[in-house]
Amino acid sequence: MEDVEEALRSALLLALSGDNEAYVAFLTRTGAHLRSYFRRRLASSPNDVEDLVQETLLAIHNRRHTFEPTARLMPWLYAIARYKLIDLLRAQSPRRAIEVALDDDEGIAELVHADASPAETRRDLARLLDALPDRYRLPIVLVKLEGRSVAEAAQATGISQAAIKVGIHRGLKKLAAIVAKRR
Amino acid sequence: MKTEALIAMLANGPVQVAPGAVARRVLAAVAVGGAVALGVVLAALRLRPDLAAAVHAPMFWLKLAVPVVVAALAIVAVRRLARPGGRAGPVVAIGAVLAVVLAAFAVADVALAPAGERAAIVLGRTALPCVVLVTALSLPGLAALFVALRSLAPTRLRAAGAAAGALAAGVGAAIYALHCNEMTLPFVAVWYALGMAVPAALGALLGPRWLRWS
Repeated sequence: MEDVEEALRSALLLALSGDNEAYVAFLTRTGAHLRSYFRRRLASSPNDVEDLVQETLLAIHNRRHTFEPTARLMPWLYAIARYKLIDLLRAQSPRRAIEVALDDDEGIAELVHADASPAETRRDLARLLDALPDRYRLPIVLVKLEGRSVAEAAQATGISQAAIKVGIHRGLKKLAAIVAKRR
Repeated sequence: MKTEALIAMLANGPVQVAPGAVARRVLAAVAVGGAVALGVVLAALRLRPDLAAAVHAPMFWLKLAVPVVVAALAIVAVRRLARPGGRAGPVVAIGAVLAVVLAAFAVADVALAPAGERAAIVLGRTALPCVVLVTALSLPGLAALFVALRSLAPTRLRAAGAAAGALAAGVGAAIYALHCNEMTLPFVAVWYALGMAVPAALGALLGPRWLRWS
């Protein structure tokens, strides 16, 4: 997470001091983050995702003078992305806009982790899962990632079905806590 | 348009920006608003005739200090709220504490005064003009600050509008103090405060609609 912040931030700072190649790199990588961030938020209207990515990149460009060089970049990017998302949702349905508005700062970590390449996401996830004990990790890997049923997972691991369910539930809670702490 | 094409287009023009744009634009707006308000006071309202003598009275400076402190706190809030994700921050709490202190001194002032003078030191002779003129003198600054904020990128629009209103009000009230000849703390604590609350409320009311940028 720190690497994303640092990498993007230094690219933007280079760009703002006149390095246009760094700017292309910054926008491309930011666009990839935005794409998976919006994709998750707009599951029901995937056609809007790319439009919103472009609109947000344009807003970042037009408002780049509001980035303070000493400040953190991710909260700034996230605030613009969220502002654009709420704008779109408000046009479609006021209720959804309110829901997004309410979930305030939830999403910074999500934006950071909303990585461009699936491979990178998988690596991040693997690192996170490593922090869990087996009794939580295995149920999550088998059921949530590999898509097996609870019964199959129970058979494969020799744990009871009830324990698999509990393991998933507690494991996901723990993961959320880890992610929240990293933020 | 494909996203890569958009990125290439954006990176094709000049990307460099001078640092400090937020501070510059906010200060410019304050300068414009303050200049207009000062012009109105000098040309239409007139400075208080006894200004040369009044500057020796501590109350003159205290009356000036209250709106100046409001403006100083509000400018911090505006600069923070002008950026995506920015919050007003601790200045709100500091302002609340100072307001309580001011109110306490004002109440003590009234309590210590002889019973027959209490109403007079609160009401003064110019309560209504004070509220109306402080509000009116704040409006140029409020307009200039809204223009500035629209060129920046606030994401908490109501808070940004309120902070802009408070900043404009602090500047407007400080300039009005050059015209006003009331010399009691309770008067300032009630009528200046009310006159400054109106532009702040107006800013909060208009912010969500007028500060929207795209």
